[in-house]
Amino acid sequence: MLIKNKILSDIKSSEITPKSVFMNRRHFIKSAAIASAGSALMPGLLSSSALAATDPKRGKPLVGIIKSPLSTSEEPTPYNHVTTYNNFYEFGTGKDDPAVMAGDFKPRPWKVQVGGEVGKPGVYDFDDLIRPHKLEERIYRFRCVEAWSMIVPWVGIPLAEIIKRFEPTSKAKYVAFETLNDPERMPGQVRRVLSWPYVEGLRMDEAMNPLTLMAVGLYGEELLGQNGAPIRLVVPWKYGFKSIKSIVGIRLVDTMPPTTWNRSAPHEYGFYANVNPEVSHPRWSQAKERRLGGGYFSPKVETLKFNGYGEEVASLYDGMDLSKSF
Amino acid sequence: MTKQDTIRWVAKPTVFMLCLIPLAWIAWRIINGDVGTGLNANPVEQVNRYLGDWALRFVLIALSVTPLVKITNWTTPVRFRRMLGLFAFAYATLHLANYVIADQFFNWTDIWADIVKRVFITLGMATYLVLLALAVTSPKGMVKKMGAKRWRLLHRGAYLAGVGGVIHYWMMVKADLSGPIIHAAILGLLLGYRVIKRQNKSTAPARNSGKMQMV
Repeated sequence: MLIKNKILSDIKSSEITPKSVFMNRRHFIKSAAIASAGSALMPGLLSSSALAATDPKRGKPLVGIIKSPLSTSEEPTPYNHVTTYNNFYEFGTGKDDPAVMAGDFKPRPWKVQVGGEVGKPGVYDFDDLIRPHKLEERIYRFRCVEAWSMIVPWVGIPLAEIIKRFEPTSKAKYVAFETLNDPERMPGQVRRVLSWPYVEGLRMDEAMNPLTLMAVGLYGEELLGQNGAPIRLVVPWKYGFKSIKSIVGIRLVDTMPPTTWNRSAPHEYGFYANVNPEVSHPRWSQAKERRLGGGYFSPKVETLKFNGYGEEVASLYDGMDLSKSF
Repeated sequence: MTKQDTIRWVAKPTVFMLCLIPLAWIAWRIINGDVGTGLNANPVEQVNRYLGDWALRFVLIALSVTPLVKITNWTTPVRFRRMLGLFAFAYATLHLANYVIADQFFNWTDIWADIVKRVFITLGMATYLVLLALAVTSPKGMVKKMGAKRWRLLHRGAYLAGVGGVIHYWMMVKADLSGPIIHAAILGLLLGYRVIKRQNKSTAPARNSGKMQMV
């Protein structure tokens, strides 16, 4: 079994296509598709601009990114998978819906309302929120409650640094986050598959943990709509649904805030939602996960407690029964 | 060519090939990898959903034969019902094989844990057993062997397969129930039609007594 895993993981890492190569390939395929469609419809009238255009479905490059020692050395999941396989019901419930439906999403101008137990409440413009900080690249494991996982090279700022600027009061025990609620910009919100707006929360010590990131980009570029543009949470030791996207509200509060999936199915999704192979979910065993990018025949890998971040975060839950506080 | 010949040599092979299209499509996508119309980042799950969808669709298609015949008085579709049912079984078999091989890779411990712990998987397995029983007893000779009455009773299992399939799908979905609701509504129509017919029949004089009984 060990030998088999080794061989398979070897194949996996060597099979990962460098970004530049697959981008060229994507571009080539796209161009070829446009060319063939074009020539089929109007032979001889093929416009050269269609071939020359750069891929409009990429985020703007971010500059001045520093590397972080908190990054994993694992090979990131290919860009096209990270940006086309998404759970973001605000843009449709299919995995490939967000990439399509968020194509026209304009993440600017963007305001974030900050309130609750803070000394500096107010409406912060996205740029004002981000500008004072250095952007870091954090390559994290990302584990979905649906038993799949990715390795994502996020770009962002530790949440703690942002929260400190709001000057939390001693009453601040939790942080409550809210996603944009605007069915015109987020067409999936027309249907009430979940109660909108999507809300999430963290305990204060979880929010202030150095691993907790406010991401504004991935793969060195601004976030695309389907990945939670322009600003989202990343909590790498928790299931993906905790990492709320397209945030417009941050409130520091003294009681545990409601969270969307917990409201939707309280016996399935708890407030903590720490990655835990020992605590099974009614729909999925959480003991293993499928690492995306390996193709149809890649086997599952063992899930690590706290998604492998136990050293950094296990102490936050000392004395808690994690099978009850799931 | 007689009408019988046309059905046997033209219509049946045509319907057979049509029923293979969904399989050919997914096979083509698997072979083509992740380029263009290929599979998404999680091909095992994608293939599983796809095959499950088609298994359930074929159950519903097979169940729609009887209402179609009764409403239109066009009896030819009855000749295709067994084939359609067997395609439901074939897609369900591939759905199960994808789960056992690609998803769990023959890890019987995990598979058994899934069956025992997760009701939607328990139900999926039970539904598969129903389809298996129907498939095994589908050859014409089996009607004689079992006796027409018992055979018909067993093949009412098709209703169970429909109900089991829809509930399995319903329980699997996290939040967006539109897919399960559509399938449940179609199944409701198909089974509701039979209930109404049966009620009418028990109150009205037996008009159909000489004709072939349809399940």
